[in-house]
Amino acid sequence: MTGSDKVRILAIESSCDETAAAVVVNGREVLSNVISTQIPIHTLYGGVVPEIASRKHIERVNQVVKEALKEANTTLDEIDAIGVTYGPGLVGALLVGLSAAKAIAWAKDIPLVGVHHIEGHICANYIEDIHLEPPFMCLVVSGGHTHLVNVADYGKYEILGRTRDDAAGEAFDKVARAIGLGYPGGPKVEVKAKEGNPHAIKFPVAKVDDGVYDFSFSGLKSAVLNYINGAQMKGETINEADIAASFQQAVIDALVGNAMKAIDEYGTTKFAIAGGVASNKTLSAALEKACQEKGVEFYHPAPILCTDNAAMIGAAAYYEYINGRRDGWDLNAIPNLVLGER
Amino acid sequence: MKILGIESSGLVASVAVYENGIIQGAFTTNFKKTHSQTLLPMLDVLKDTLNLDLDTVDAIAVAAGPGSFTGLRIGSATAKGIGLAIDKPLIAVPTLEAMAYGLWGNDGLVCPMMDARRNQVFTAIYKFENGQMEVVKEQCPMDINELIEELNSRDSQITFLGDGAVVQHNTIEEKCQVPHLFAPAHLSNQSAASLCARAAIYYEQGKTVSADDFRPDYLRLSQAERERAERLKQE
Repeated sequence: MTGSDKVRILAIESSCDETAAAVVVNGREVLSNVISTQIPIHTLYGGVVPEIASRKHIERVNQVVKEALKEANTTLDEIDAIGVTYGPGLVGALLVGLSAAKAIAWAKDIPLVGVHHIEGHICANYIEDIHLEPPFMCLVVSGGHTHLVNVADYGKYEILGRTRDDAAGEAFDKVARAIGLGYPGGPKVEVKAKEGNPHAIKFPVAKVDDGVYDFSFSGLKSAVLNYINGAQMKGETINEADIAASFQQAVIDALVGNAMKAIDEYGTTKFAIAGGVASNKTLSAALEKACQEKGVEFYHPAPILCTDNAAMIGAAAYYEYINGRRDGWDLNAIPNLVLGER
Repeated sequence: MKILGIESSGLVASVAVYENGIIQGAFTTNFKKTHSQTLLPMLDVLKDTLNLDLDTVDAIAVAAGPGSFTGLRIGSATAKGIGLAIDKPLIAVPTLEAMAYGLWGNDGLVCPMMDARRNQVFTAIYKFENGQMEVVKEQCPMDINELIEELNSRDSQITFLGDGAVVQHNTIEEKCQVPHLFAPAHLSNQSAASLCARAAIYYEQGKTVSADDFRPDYLRLSQAERERAERLKQE
């Protein structure tokens, strides 16, 4: 124990292709935030290969944890709790960070706190703006997730909408591949879109009938692929920049549209975004503008807190920790863990 | 010298504590729960039962592969995490060697095998000479029929063990022409006690690996890597 009212949490995250560890004080102050990315390896395969991701986590996990402790100028003896992502994510990948976190916590008799990955993304906003407090609404957009969440209180979440098929980031990856941009698609589409006209091509975004705030991006992705195929059959050259820009605009319209509808319905005064796709500046700017028009305060984390990282897990773990959550040594990885469920 | 042993390479979850030639405690289960749910609670029971002070542990022995990819990952990450926490090295014992060591002193050849699906086994061949374990064939993935052919050519009595020997029992009975036996239940599976006893010899020989650097030897590339290698070869 640190022997003060400061809670110092070591957090570990390995749900996808980043091995990450961080030390966070009171859920808000980041002492270190170490991320070891595997992107160069997975680029060879055009996307994340789960088995390779899991193996790479094993190779890096100790070094990343040690680096996080060293950078934070602390030791395990000064750590009050260990927070770790236990879902959702790739099960093999999750198991590495989780098993290591459990082992360290067990060996040093440190309390263990399991964290939901999406909760971590949301809590990245607590680090970015130390004055942000619930209630607020949050749009989580990443390679694996698209969630519109009402954050009622610390650790209390109501999912208003989610994707019925592809996550927004997944659609970016698939479109990037189709127009030859490669992996990871998000940043590459965004750069390409800057050269194009977002209104050049009208790509339809499916409306989800019964779930008011749900999303569907699989139809949009197919529309893009059909457009490319159609052009190729007619022997026309395609304009990648226009496709990228128009596709991105369609995604943004869908995200902003549902978000604004929910803001009106719930009378929200604070709106945040989170997740890897949240670092897309065009999306962020569109949401900020729409929020401003409604007089809603807009929050967005810095890119380093948008991507998968452990600082956000440390922030989420802190609020779980002070709410009394402690996990046992039998904590298992849950690849399809639902936000707000244990 | 005190060693904490962790074995989760297959269906068995097993943990043990070894000190100066004595197995102080061992806990082995072969149950449907995942290692992620059983391994650390089992270690915790052992620690409490033995009043184990982890700071007195000199090294952590771990089944270093082959095995189920998931099982190896859970065992490896657990061993690495403990190693990091108590700042002690790991002892990486090849899984099949640790299994075969349980049949120490056996006459003839010892052939452990783990089921690797599609008629493949992870296997190796060992023998004991004057109390010393000798590697006759390094561990490798192998087609069961090829393995039996090789064993037939060696003209020596063989003792089989491991879950692969159970899965391939009929094929072995049908095709193995040299005298052979199947190890009884208590010697047939992975055991952290056997792992620790073998690891003690490694430790005395200075064969340890830092917890940071340790990675299991899967003996197999991932499917994506195999397919990519094939593709590159064809191009």
